[in-house]
Amino acid sequence: MADQITATGTRLQVNLAGLTKSDYRGNPSTLCQGCGHNSIASQIITAAYELDIIPEKVVKFSGIGCSSKSPFYFLNRSFGFNGLHGRMPSLATGALFADYNLHGVGVSGDGDSASIGMGQFKHVVRRNLRMVYIIENNGVYGLTKGQFSATAEVGLTLKSQGTNQYMPVDIAWEALVGHATFVARSFAGDPKQVKELIKAAMSHDGIAVLDIISPCVTFNNQDAAMHSYQWGKNHEIALHELAYVPPAEEIMVEYEQGEDIEVTMHDGSVIVLKKLDRDYDPTDRAEAIRILEEANRCQCLITGLIYIDTSQPSLVDLYNLPKTPLNRLTEHRLRPARETMQQVNDLMF
Amino acid sequence: MSALQTHLKEETQLDVDHGVNNFSITVATINGSGSQTSNLTMLRALFKMGIPVSGKNLFPSNIQGLPTWYTIRVSKDGFLARREEHEIVVAMNPATFIEDLAGVQPGGAFFFADDIRYPIHRDDVIAYPMPVKQITKNSDAPSSLRDYVSNMVYVGVLAQILGIDLDKIYQALNFHFKGKTKPIDLNFGVVRASAEWAATNLEKRDPYRVEFMHATHDYIMADGNTAAALGSIYGGVQFVSWYPITPASSLAESLQEYLPILRKDPEEEGKNTFAVVQAEDELAAIGMAVGAGWSGLRAMTSTSGPGLSLMTEYAGMAYFAEVPLVVWDVQRVGPSTGLPTRTAQGDLTFTYFMGHGDTQQIILLPGSVNECFEFGWRAFDIAERVQMPVFILSDLDLGMNNWMTPPFKYPEKPMDRGKILWEEDLEKMNGNWGRYRDIDQDAIPYRTVPGNQHSKAAYFARGTGHTPDAQYSEDPGVWHDNLERLKRKYEAARQYMPEPIIEKSPGAEIGIISFGSTEPAIAEARHQFVEANIATDFLRVRAIPFTTDVEVFIRDHRAVYVVEMNRDGQMNQLLSVEYPHLANKLVSIAFTDGLPLTAQRVCEMILSQEE
Repeated sequence: MADQITATGTRLQVNLAGLTKSDYRGNPSTLCQGCGHNSIASQIITAAYELDIIPEKVVKFSGIGCSSKSPFYFLNRSFGFNGLHGRMPSLATGALFADYNLHGVGVSGDGDSASIGMGQFKHVVRRNLRMVYIIENNGVYGLTKGQFSATAEVGLTLKSQGTNQYMPVDIAWEALVGHATFVARSFAGDPKQVKELIKAAMSHDGIAVLDIISPCVTFNNQDAAMHSYQWGKNHEIALHELAYVPPAEEIMVEYEQGEDIEVTMHDGSVIVLKKLDRDYDPTDRAEAIRILEEANRCQCLITGLIYIDTSQPSLVDLYNLPKTPLNRLTEHRLRPARETMQQVNDLMF
Repeated sequence: MSALQTHLKEETQLDVDHGVNNFSITVATINGSGSQTSNLTMLRALFKMGIPVSGKNLFPSNIQGLPTWYTIRVSKDGFLARREEHEIVVAMNPATFIEDLAGVQPGGAFFFADDIRYPIHRDDVIAYPMPVKQITKNSDAPSSLRDYVSNMVYVGVLAQILGIDLDKIYQALNFHFKGKTKPIDLNFGVVRASAEWAATNLEKRDPYRVEFMHATHDYIMADGNTAAALGSIYGGVQFVSWYPITPASSLAESLQEYLPILRKDPEEEGKNTFAVVQAEDELAAIGMAVGAGWSGLRAMTSTSGPGLSLMTEYAGMAYFAEVPLVVWDVQRVGPSTGLPTRTAQGDLTFTYFMGHGDTQQIILLPGSVNECFEFGWRAFDIAERVQMPVFILSDLDLGMNNWMTPPFKYPEKPMDRGKILWEEDLEKMNGNWGRYRDIDQDAIPYRTVPGNQHSKAAYFARGTGHTPDAQYSEDPGVWHDNLERLKRKYEAARQYMPEPIIEKSPGAEIGIISFGSTEPAIAEARHQFVEANIATDFLRVRAIPFTTDVEVFIRDHRAVYVVEMNRDGQMNQLLSVEYPHLANKLVSIAFTDGLPLTAQRVCEMILSQEE
């Protein structure tokens, strides 16, 4: 961080990219007061600012729903595309081939990704597209006024909807089973953890799925409901205390040797996971599946970095593309030379 | 009259005998038995003998076991449409033997595998038994391959009886097996043994034979899907997303075959200037193409009717959010799963209106293999110029069958990347721009793409109402103005459309309008009309929105027959909507049964209207 003096003499704090925090802001939110999604949007802003990210190097994506409106509320200087319901993953897949320098940040909801978009969600996960895929999970359809979503728990009773009788979809589990290389669960009521996970996700060279319980204050915030603030506060069990250390900084080890786990990311940054009351290794897939099953049994909100695998290539890496971004290639690199035409005709019969 | 026919007229007539270079062959086999290799070999050998020829595969939706037919038309006059009649029938499938025999023209030849023990009741056809099993058994083929090479027996027997040159057959096999000596020798061995057997054991009694001509040396032989793929490659396609579907799969597979050969980066050695993704479904296929097109890549997808249905939502969004992309629809018979392996032109109105609300899409209509190549590259220029999806409607007949066609021509124009702003452009404009502002008064706005590092470059694309500066808006006036601009943009798109092909005859009062693969049938029908002293003019539509030539053509004729392969006369509908004041001149000639159109059908349907 450094100070920047404006024309009027005011001192503004700037980051290493020379930008102030307001350079990362978006338009004012039109979501409900107290909506968990607003809290997540502000953590995205803070994370991007603290990571010194150039906003022009981020591309935002979303589908349809309350959550999918939120890319408009952060990073105004980034390109964005608010696509179709459940179809954000395909949009992002095509777009991120254009320039491999770009960070994809997608924001979706439980309706968008766990119902109509389940297919595309699972496939973008299996392709390991390099993007942060945030699912703001509140168990209801907000924009259409409070219907059950596929992540609503059995027995949840909602005004004018009755009682949900179907088993819920567990997004983190779906991601894990689908071979996601980064799976985390968090809670909008735990902004510090949300921010650190977003930072870690931004450094991940592959798909980073963040299943964030983000309460809907209007339609599904009864104390006993599993997507409410109160329930989250009462039932959150963090797997670890998480700290993101950028590539340039030295890790200040505050813990006793052997107590913390360090995961080195592709860009040289490190995620430090401080042990709380259990040993948990997020690089062990079997352990990750076990912990999600345990969370399911104990009906508790286990949060933190559930699984990470930094060894898999991301989608675009598989395509042997030039260093120059594809969308900056000019005609002489895109149209085969004139003399090849005869050769092609000769290949026909 | 096509260039080919003119050329033929100038050539010295070879033979007045009707049976020379002028007949149709139908081969009846079992799907999956390897007969495609045999049939293509005959087709290619005839082509290399310089004789105008066409081949059509009439196949079932099945991998193995169901009946399949292949028709070859040999025409010294250059008429290459399918015919209902077949002078020569090859019967290799017991299941269809009786109907195959019944289908031979009187005086025609009937070649049959002699292990099929049905009586031959017709004395008006010349029957030739072929000892398929015996010749195959005597060949070098290992028992596992015998069934496959057995179809080469009829190639050899027909070569002997009809006079197909064995060297040309060898050349065709060499091409088919890409020079691999083992399969070439094995198959050619069976062909030669069969020809020798026929020379010794069969006496020629039918009047049909072939002779060398010089009518095909300016042509290549290719299918429309390969041509479309190659055209796209020369159009600089950078991103392809697709999902398997008959009859479009071979288009994407051809891209996968030729892109690595033709599109290595000349600057960064060994790198690819393209990416191909097989998507999880057609919704994702078009979604990826929309994402890539929005990001400034030349993006495409290819599909057929059912896939097109799934693509509708993104097609409407791309129209509204003004995203360039190219969608190939290799049409098959619908509605529903329909006849997946049969041809039709039934997606026209659906594509034109594709999207809810008020949507008008751009459609290109290639009528030949060569045009599949040309539209392959031109479509990207149009899409990026007008910032819209461009749909190219081919069909199964054009896409999957091999046609003789003039060689592909290198694009004569440099690429048109449309109105795209990069950092230096925005710098000059002091960052003062808006994504949907109509600066040039042509309703086509400027765009930026992700990766542009100028601080004013970014905008938020969406399917919701937006202002000229791409801000969310539900303002009634803003909505209305934007939708009207899109309509004006569609009008502006007309100037970039390929002009129709028009052929005139002196004194013609009636006109025929068609599009796509029906042209050979219509050319032949018009020739028959000339013999009956009926002069016709012809216009082949190559794009929607229509250009003014189409209106002039309708206006200048007493009656205009709109010929197409669908039930409802979809082109006729669109022309009537476009030109309501001329609609009373239009007469719909629409027919669909899954098979390529014949001249006979065109003649009958038009004459019944003229009476």
